[in-house]
Amino acid sequence: MSFELETASDRAGLRRVAIDPVSRVEGHGKVTLLIDDAGEVQEARLHIVEFRGFEVFIQGRPYWEVPVMVQRLCGICPVSHHLAASKALDRVLGVPRLTPSADKLRRLMHYGQILQSHALHFFYLASPDLLFGFGSELGRRNIVGVAAAEPEVARRGIGLRRFGQQVIEATAGKRIHGTGAVPGGVNRHLAEADRRRLADESATIVAWARDAVQLVRRLHEADPILYDSFGREPSALMSLVRPGDGALELYDGVLRLRDADGRIELDGVGDQDYRRIISEEVKPWSYMKFPYMTHLGPERGWYKVGPLARVQNCEFIPTALAEVERRAFRDYAGGAIQHGPLAYHWTRMIEMLHAAELIDRMLDDPDLTAGERMADGERGHDGVGIIEAPRGTLIHHYTVDDDDLVEWCNLIVSTTHNNQAMNAAVRRVAREHLSGRTIDEGLLNHVEVAIRAFDPCLSCATHALGRMPLIIECVASDGRPLQTLVRDS
Amino acid sequence: MSETARFLLDGAPVPFAEGQTILEAARAAGRYIPHLCWHPDFPPHGSCKLCIVDVGGRHLSACATPAVDGATAASDTPEINAERRALLQMLFVEGNHFCPSCEKSGLCQLQAMASELGMTTPRFNHFYPDRPVDASHPDVLLDFNRCIYCELCVRASRDKDGKSVFALTNRGIHKHLVVNAESGRLGDTDFAADDVAAGICPVGVILRKRVGFAVPIGSRTYDTRPISAVSMDREEP
Repeated sequence: MSFELETASDRAGLRRVAIDPVSRVEGHGKVTLLIDDAGEVQEARLHIVEFRGFEVFIQGRPYWEVPVMVQRLCGICPVSHHLAASKALDRVLGVPRLTPSADKLRRLMHYGQILQSHALHFFYLASPDLLFGFGSELGRRNIVGVAAAEPEVARRGIGLRRFGQQVIEATAGKRIHGTGAVPGGVNRHLAEADRRRLADESATIVAWARDAVQLVRRLHEADPILYDSFGREPSALMSLVRPGDGALELYDGVLRLRDADGRIELDGVGDQDYRRIISEEVKPWSYMKFPYMTHLGPERGWYKVGPLARVQNCEFIPTALAEVERRAFRDYAGGAIQHGPLAYHWTRMIEMLHAAELIDRMLDDPDLTAGERMADGERGHDGVGIIEAPRGTLIHHYTVDDDDLVEWCNLIVSTTHNNQAMNAAVRRVAREHLSGRTIDEGLLNHVEVAIRAFDPCLSCATHALGRMPLIIECVASDGRPLQTLVRDS
Repeated sequence: MSETARFLLDGAPVPFAEGQTILEAARAAGRYIPHLCWHPDFPPHGSCKLCIVDVGGRHLSACATPAVDGATAASDTPEINAERRALLQMLFVEGNHFCPSCEKSGLCQLQAMASELGMTTPRFNHFYPDRPVDASHPDVLLDFNRCIYCELCVRASRDKDGKSVFALTNRGIHKHLVVNAESGRLGDTDFAADDVAAGICPVGVILRKRVGFAVPIGSRTYDTRPISAVSMDREEP
């Protein structure tokens, strides 16, 4: 099936504008716009041009190697893949419940990941657009520009990220691509020296995270029309929630789907049953699949994941300061579900505060520094691990044969769930901000701002941060080049 | 030959006893010469060539060359170490050595040697051979991707365990490790996890199953000490 503006009715004679690659996101993707002679956008697509082979080349490898290998999918949130794979393999080993020490150490690692990734995205990637304006001077739209104009904001952003990375290092052994989790548990405790060092700073980190929420909130309140409507496309919301009370749950829970109006459509779906509710559609123009709720079909069944979904899907946030901010977010819209992509930033900072509070609260727990690390169970062959990664619901599914080798693997990464939502936002922005106008870099950045709000990890692979090369070519309907904008890397 | 016989290694005198090789004498004198296929419990093998030294302009395997009174050998020189790096680079590209997700990382002599000798790139084109793992044994996994043909497992199984489970077959670039079973699978041999051969592999071919990353990366043998120091204490693994 095809959505409005997904495919032009007659593609011949339309001029093509490409944003390739999309910048200040993780991974590599491009946007193509087909524009008619009147300047109206007739087609808009976000293409994912990276090919991931992990699902295939993990086949035939021993299962205990998987959590370490698959985390190489990503250099920004490797902990998420590391833990989702470990959770799936816990199931294969017949260990549905970890020891208290293992559960808490993995959670601490995960909260460090949420904290550092959210800080990275907001301060390094997104804040230049929000602080300076979408069409502001290109040379300022980066973290260096933020540091020059708002040195305290930049300093705290860097500090928040650094603290999250230190939590990861203390629990996984390295800031990036560590090896803390193993199927059935963890391979280390938190060292007492690390615990003390983190505890010395955690209250400050909570305060900084709280201020970051206020910063985003002020941005929303200063320009509510833009923030509420920019790229807005209502959809359902999916995330894990805590079983029983529906609290925000980032590490282990049950799936919940809330429809665009806020009604709970599905609830309490166990992680091992994800295939009962989620299907995936393939489109010829993108390497990224389009997941949808099976019972609603691809046209009506697409949904959003990530902070915007999680904060609005849960009944409450089980830490005090973040819950106050969740209520303020809800009250801002009078209790209605907010669908504008820019609201992702606000909810992302609420989650960052939640992660900071959780870390602060956990650091006194004696189970982190001592106690049994591994659990046993009755070996099976099939396991699913679902975790709320910084960008949204992350699903790892493996089958393992009698010889301990992986037979089959299915990964649905967070950004994949948001594929249709991002495309819908791109089309909305193209229609409302680009159609009928002379396109320049600033206008094209509007498209990127919409994509960036979802914090996509387009390839889920490592990449160099910084200025990516950008070439925008406008070609007339007769093939004549009209305009070329080049930004060097 | 008297007990005071000496040769010069990198300009310093090394005493030796009759019958000792250059490598053995150097080791007894506390001098490290890089090696992979040599092991103190087995006769010299001379296949990895990492222990080459320059003796009178000839590059000889120190593990297989008898020490000679008054000889001069050069080991730790830019030329010899460059040759060793090239040998390592060839070993790396012949197999599939993906250290970032290898459970032997930090315990692997090939990796440790590359670090010791400052190998920073593979330099040559990778062969990317297709070598499926053999997981048929209940306790031990064979990952042929990492074999460097040192034959330590072949020798240990034959000479220590009395089983001859392993052998190298074919020649030249087609050489590869096989097991002694009609099916070609380890599970159909009499190999056992407590065989000497099960613990002798200097790289990540012969692995105890379900151990993986139980010991954290960062606290393993070669994570904390260079192979030149570890090797003088004892032979890993």
